[in-house]
Amino acid sequence: MDKDRQMLSIKEVADMLNVSQKTIRRHISSGKIQSVKLGGIHRISSEEINTLLGPEQLVQVSPCENFPFPNKVPEGPLENKWENHKGSINLVSPANKRNIDIIVVGTGLAGASASATLAELGYNVKAFCFQDSPRRAHSIAAQGGINAAKNYQGDGDSNYRLFYDTIKGGDYRSREANVYRLAEVSGNIIDQCVAQGVPFARDYGGLLDNRSFGGVLVSRTFYAKGQTGQQLLLGAYSALNRQINRGKVEMFSRHEMMDLVLIEGKARGIITRNLVTGEIERHGAHAVVIASGGYGNVFYLSTNAMGSNVTAGWKVYKNGALFANPCFTQIHPTCIPVSGDHQSKLTLMSESLRNDGRIWVPKNKEDVIKIRNKELKPTEIAENDRDYYLERRYPAFGNLVPRDVASRAAKERCDAGYGVNKTGQAVYLDFESAIIRYGKEKAVSSGQNAEDNSLVKRLGKEIIKAKYGNLFQMYEKIVDENPYETPMQIFPAVHYTMGGVWVDYNLMTSIPGCFAIGEANFSDHGANRLGASALMQGLADGYFVLPYTIGDYLADDIKTGPIDTEAKEFKLAEKRVKDFVFNIFKNKSGKPVDYYHKKLGKIMWDKCGMSRNKDGLKSAISEIRNLKKDFYKNVFVPGDMHEYNEELAKAGRVADFLELGELFAIDALDRNESCGGHFREEYQTAEGEALRNDSDYTFVSCWEFQGKDRAPKLNKERLLFESVKLKSRSYK
Amino acid sequence: MDLTLKIWRQKKEYEKGAMHAYQIKNIEPDMSFLEMLDVLNQKLINDGVEPVAFDHDCREGICGACSLVINGAPHGPDSGTTTCQLHMRRFNTGDTIYIEPFRGSAFPVIKDLVVDRSAFDRIQQAGGYVSINTSGNTVDANATPIPKPDADEAFNSAACIGCGACVAACKNSSAMLFVGAKVSQYANLPQGKVESKDRVINMVKQMDKEGFGSCTNTGACEAHCPKEISTDNILTLNREYIKSKLNQ
Repeated sequence: MDKDRQMLSIKEVADMLNVSQKTIRRHISSGKIQSVKLGGIHRISSEEINTLLGPEQLVQVSPCENFPFPNKVPEGPLENKWENHKGSINLVSPANKRNIDIIVVGTGLAGASASATLAELGYNVKAFCFQDSPRRAHSIAAQGGINAAKNYQGDGDSNYRLFYDTIKGGDYRSREANVYRLAEVSGNIIDQCVAQGVPFARDYGGLLDNRSFGGVLVSRTFYAKGQTGQQLLLGAYSALNRQINRGKVEMFSRHEMMDLVLIEGKARGIITRNLVTGEIERHGAHAVVIASGGYGNVFYLSTNAMGSNVTAGWKVYKNGALFANPCFTQIHPTCIPVSGDHQSKLTLMSESLRNDGRIWVPKNKEDVIKIRNKELKPTEIAENDRDYYLERRYPAFGNLVPRDVASRAAKERCDAGYGVNKTGQAVYLDFESAIIRYGKEKAVSSGQNAEDNSLVKRLGKEIIKAKYGNLFQMYEKIVDENPYETPMQIFPAVHYTMGGVWVDYNLMTSIPGCFAIGEANFSDHGANRLGASALMQGLADGYFVLPYTIGDYLADDIKTGPIDTEAKEFKLAEKRVKDFVFNIFKNKSGKPVDYYHKKLGKIMWDKCGMSRNKDGLKSAISEIRNLKKDFYKNVFVPGDMHEYNEELAKAGRVADFLELGELFAIDALDRNESCGGHFREEYQTAEGEALRNDSDYTFVSCWEFQGKDRAPKLNKERLLFESVKLKSRSYK
Repeated sequence: MDLTLKIWRQKKEYEKGAMHAYQIKNIEPDMSFLEMLDVLNQKLINDGVEPVAFDHDCREGICGACSLVINGAPHGPDSGTTTCQLHMRRFNTGDTIYIEPFRGSAFPVIKDLVVDRSAFDRIQQAGGYVSINTSGNTVDANATPIPKPDADEAFNSAACIGCGACVAACKNSSAMLFVGAKVSQYANLPQGKVESKDRVINMVKQMDKEGFGSCTNTGACEAHCPKEISTDNILTLNREYIKSKLNQ
């Protein structure tokens, strides 16, 4: 008999599932749980529990009416909520701020901007990042741009329109008041960044230029070539540096947060590991801000940086914070396709390319086969034999439909056998017609011959180069094909996670004193994020929201005095961390960490990826559980803990991804509807569009940790829509 | 393809290091250079040997974490390319590849190929910013038009990823290109003008304190810069520095 397979008693099973013994007996008699009777006592195999655990009735579900945490959304009309709230929340006086310490974990757009602003206001900040410099946080890789409702183009943009586009783009699964506030402060972000010396793109009049992104009908995206994230992060980094120089921020690079410390139910510090010396350290503070980004790397292959991880958010969850909508993941439609098993990460091609690129596959399967065998070039396929499937299916938005819609449409074509590379997992993104259009415009405006094809093409290519030069260059380096001459090959890839730590209107988690900002929280993007909105949210949270709302909490803390890191809670948390590290080193041989990460990623992509179904999700849950067991039994981490050891750092991150992956699948299984990036095959219209279920699922799924090997509890925060009417999303 | 790798191994900052040879087989041309090192590391772990430590993160050429001197060239043989964007199709079977950390006394080795580049952060902290509060109470973003050529020039300087290849390429380990890029970005923008005098003095002072060498105009920094930052930035740095000194 397999020694992993245990026979459990009814009491053990009841404890494990956090339900009464009576419930288990009822399920045995109804046949829902298979048991064996040994000596008159029911015994249930652990495998049986594995298949049952998580979904359906066995998860403890608390209805919306009993949601235990007030979301603190202020009263009053939508447009006045933030203004009124700012005017009525508690403040901390400048003199008292000097006595208050705040920890910020992560130094991307959200973390760096929050650290700088908090320090500027007078708080003492300790900022942490795992990279060797705060400037390397993965916000830096954002390409396309940042949204703001400035209406500089005079195309009818407004705060309300940005708010409405974001709510609709998120498929009506985000909180109205948070999204409106985001739209409201968006204009300020641009003012702030320009004042800091961020070199945005400008037109010949010297004013700021804009472009258009998916899911909207106005041009509100500000950009700095294809390096907007880099320029914004360097702006926030410079503000952070200014405060480091003033001594108001103490910066800890190459440090990983390993656990959160709670004293009397409040967040009072963190335990970190110095990634250079291996030392486990205690850091105390009056509040802890998590700004550690998203968890897309649970899929192993994603556009996230290699080090991006969920650990900080996950430790907060395991200490009692709610984790919201873990299954809401964004699969970005325009990434460079996977080239082989060695692949370590995926590279995004900015959504801005869809402004000028047209997406297509061949209409005829014969052409597809010839293309795959390299007997035919894409440029040789006649216009009539091409299927511009986004323009065909969504005439109003065309190539600029939201990301989730574009990704699913690519998958649909590839599943139907029209994929254009050897793996059948790629579609074309073609710039030919944009090159000709721009070339003609330029020829006419500069008085040259617009009928001369080679001239037109040359001029057009120059314009495309000025707009997207670095992206084209990057593509050519990776794929070894010239995208000016032949269409790019692209395929969807995991890119962003809308889910995250649950926060209230003040961006505080359900643990008092613990806050979450940027991609690490769940609040603004619902079930799908619009392009160029991640940068907006990171900076809005960090510059303009958290620094003020945190005062509401800290106002009660002015007499607390310094946090004692010798307290027993710190020692206990430190012990938990050390135990984990010792335990990881117990195997003297076995499989490398990457083996497990890749396996987890494959389960996630195959069963929790672009489309999901009940059976797939159930099997994902049990496969992940078995993988987790195998991990602890057989993972091998070489070297030791008292040194720079990347394998050890990876092991800690993968251990958390394994747990998150399971919750992800449980959440996806529980949400019996399709919305945004969450597409359940059982719930679709006859045309294959996502079918939402507003009467049963207009809530945030907030998962609450119940202990190791116990099913989590589901709390539901009802989403109230007062200013917009719930409609089925149409981009046709 | 099959390759011989000669890699610098060093346990800790003050321990003696040495080049070690490794054989590696079946490398595909579509792999990136770092994916080739991943393959090596998985093999080393399976053999019970400690993997080679190297810095890397975004793997799309923008974060500036990856480094390495490959066959004597920082970021390897391709121009305008970071190590993570270098692909194995650039090499041939049977090649021997030498892999070393970035050198420079201001960049001490942490382990193997990982070096400490925090000196760059400290230079930025000395003045690489505009002293404006982040309250959002600023003028409208379009209140001050900036001529497009100036904005483009500022952008070109700001494209620096802070990887340190300029220092590694320079026989003097000079950081002038890095510092020049930051100083030029602000020198080209009206927002940066107010503090231009102190900024350049403070940043250069910190640069010298960190132990970076002087510039002797060999141009190796620009040749190896993955973002092709121009040595014109060094001219701007010198001009700004002299201007500030004369005005003191």
